[in-house]
Amino acid sequence: MKNILKLGAVAAVGTLVLAGCAANEQTAEPTSGGATSETAVVETLSGTLNGSGASSMAAGQEAWIAAFQIANPGVTVNYDPTGSGTGRAQFFEGATSFTGSDSYFKDEELAGVFPSCVAETLPWEFPIWISPIAVIFNLDGISSLNMDGATVAGIFAGEITMWNDAAIAAANPGVTLPELSITAVHRSDESGTSKNFTDYLAAVAPDVWTVGAIEAWPAEYGGEGGQGTSGVVSAVTGGNGTIGYADASRAGDLGTVAVKVGSDYVAYSAEAAAAVVDASPLIEGRESFDLATKIDRNTTASGAYPIVLVSYLMGCNDYLDDEQAVLVRAWASFLVSEEGQQAAATSAGNAPISAALRAKAQAIIDAIQ
Amino acid sequence: MTATKPKAIRRLGDVIFANLAFFAGVSILATLATVAAFLFVQSIPAFTGPEIAAAEDGFWNYVFPFVFGTVYASIIALIIATPLAIGIALYISHFANRRFAQLLGYAVDLLAAIPSVVYGLWGILVLAPFLNPTFMWLNENLGWIPFFAGQVSATGRTMLTVGIVLAIMVLPIMAALIREVFLQTPRLHEEAALALGATRWEMIKMAVLPFGRTGIISAAMLGLGRSLGETMAVAMVLSPTAVINFAVLTSSNSNTIAANIALQFPEAGGNYSNLLIATGLVLFAITMVVNMIARWIISRRAEFSGAN
Repeated sequence: MKNILKLGAVAAVGTLVLAGCAANEQTAEPTSGGATSETAVVETLSGTLNGSGASSMAAGQEAWIAAFQIANPGVTVNYDPTGSGTGRAQFFEGATSFTGSDSYFKDEELAGVFPSCVAETLPWEFPIWISPIAVIFNLDGISSLNMDGATVAGIFAGEITMWNDAAIAAANPGVTLPELSITAVHRSDESGTSKNFTDYLAAVAPDVWTVGAIEAWPAEYGGEGGQGTSGVVSAVTGGNGTIGYADASRAGDLGTVAVKVGSDYVAYSAEAAAAVVDASPLIEGRESFDLATKIDRNTTASGAYPIVLVSYLMGCNDYLDDEQAVLVRAWASFLVSEEGQQAAATSAGNAPISAALRAKAQAIIDAIQ
Repeated sequence: MTATKPKAIRRLGDVIFANLAFFAGVSILATLATVAAFLFVQSIPAFTGPEIAAAEDGFWNYVFPFVFGTVYASIIALIIATPLAIGIALYISHFANRRFAQLLGYAVDLLAAIPSVVYGLWGILVLAPFLNPTFMWLNENLGWIPFFAGQVSATGRTMLTVGIVLAIMVLPIMAALIREVFLQTPRLHEEAALALGATRWEMIKMAVLPFGRTGIISAAMLGLGRSLGETMAVAMVLSPTAVINFAVLTSSNSNTIAANIALQFPEAGGNYSNLLIATGLVLFAITMVVNMIARWIISRRAEFSGAN
């Protein structure tokens, strides 16, 4: 009996605090609540938050949900890795409160309606997931090779077919390259990894890679297909003289390619991947809360690794349901926080976002109503 | 007007059972009709909607390589599996001693219980690397045969590997069915053959195989049906390209319809998903045609089977 009373009291206090918070928002002065009530809110969050979208960040979402739900036992967060297109479509239908996507909103999408948001308000978006894509290869005794963009494009377009090709040898003095044919492995399923990788090839070597950024591999370029990241990695591992591209966290013991940026060769690393996002321009003509970024694959910024996959977190600036606004604020703040990014990096091996990007994202989150 | 016709007494149990059986029978037709209707209706936007980048040369040009791949992989599987299944069935039914035959029967049935995703994993991690040296040898020594020509895959994830994996997957059901048919061979036929001085092999040739011919064909068609629709193992093992290629040892293999749907559907948006469903409708039609041909063969052969 005593326990039940206690429980009731806690629930009542929770409702009061939440109501107080909602009242604050109507006056549009979220800071007026003061520090004490802010912390109280965090402790008593409750409700369900539904999201869906990119499968690329599914592993990270799992880590985030686990950590967030431990800190906030009253909150249930669901993330359904349906794929970016389906995820955005569900957000447009109002089925989800937030979404994760490998590509930013298209202009025509922003012209549409968002049933979860207050009418006439646009959604925000910012990069939340930066994942370097490693070019992996399997050659006995060689763990790293230098290549410029045109060479990588030539290999994957089927024009460079031997490992001792002059273009590879010239960039790797001192390395004895075997006289072995190259088997280029690509994704047999449609994937954002392929799209970002070919976007890089098309940007740095447009006269070699002529088909642009694509998700489905063109038949005329040949090569070998593997299903999913695991399929590509196992094909590269199982063959000899194979080369492929995969999420860097899965590169394992395979050899990796350092690509030419400016006059240097840069190997993939978390810092190098985050650096290219900071060095890339935002899409022009977007609102201040829209951090859609055009990754500059031709960047010459030193220490930047241009083959990255960037996924966005998206949500409403002004939710119809104010309780969702409270939850999304707490959830998104956790995702961009150093702690959240580190939690994902530990379990999924992605690259944490930079401090500069974190500050910009947090400003957007603080304005969610 | 002496005696009225005796009227069958319809007990409650009979009525319930008759109705249950009726619904069970009808439910198959209903399910089939719903699936066909779903495929048909969902396919329409692929032809009426905006043009799809993947199928810019038209639907039939898009689907044909997959039709070819589906049929080709299944035929390779059948060529490998049918003689093996007949051999297993003969050994179990006529050669092995009873206890060992039973054990072998269980082992074959156990093969059927392995999920296809496990076959897929086994295919890429064990079978493909294992077969690759053989593929190299075939290419070097028999490369003049078009099937073994071309640049050999460095990983072994080829059409022939898929054919072998599929053959192993359809083997249990084929072997089990053929074994049952062989066991039905009338004792008298067998003993008559032996009494005429036939060796055991001659007895099998004269009595068992003719009797079991329809059974073998049914089993082959059942196996074909399964391999036509097999998805997971093919999607995992095959290195696909949208081309028609008869060479079975290269990296460019025609994908199968089912595997292509599995690979592309998760990220397909708009009427691209309808296009994939339309290819599913084509697969549905192929399977139906295969089954009808099988029925026709069986009905034509029935009189020669020796079963009567």
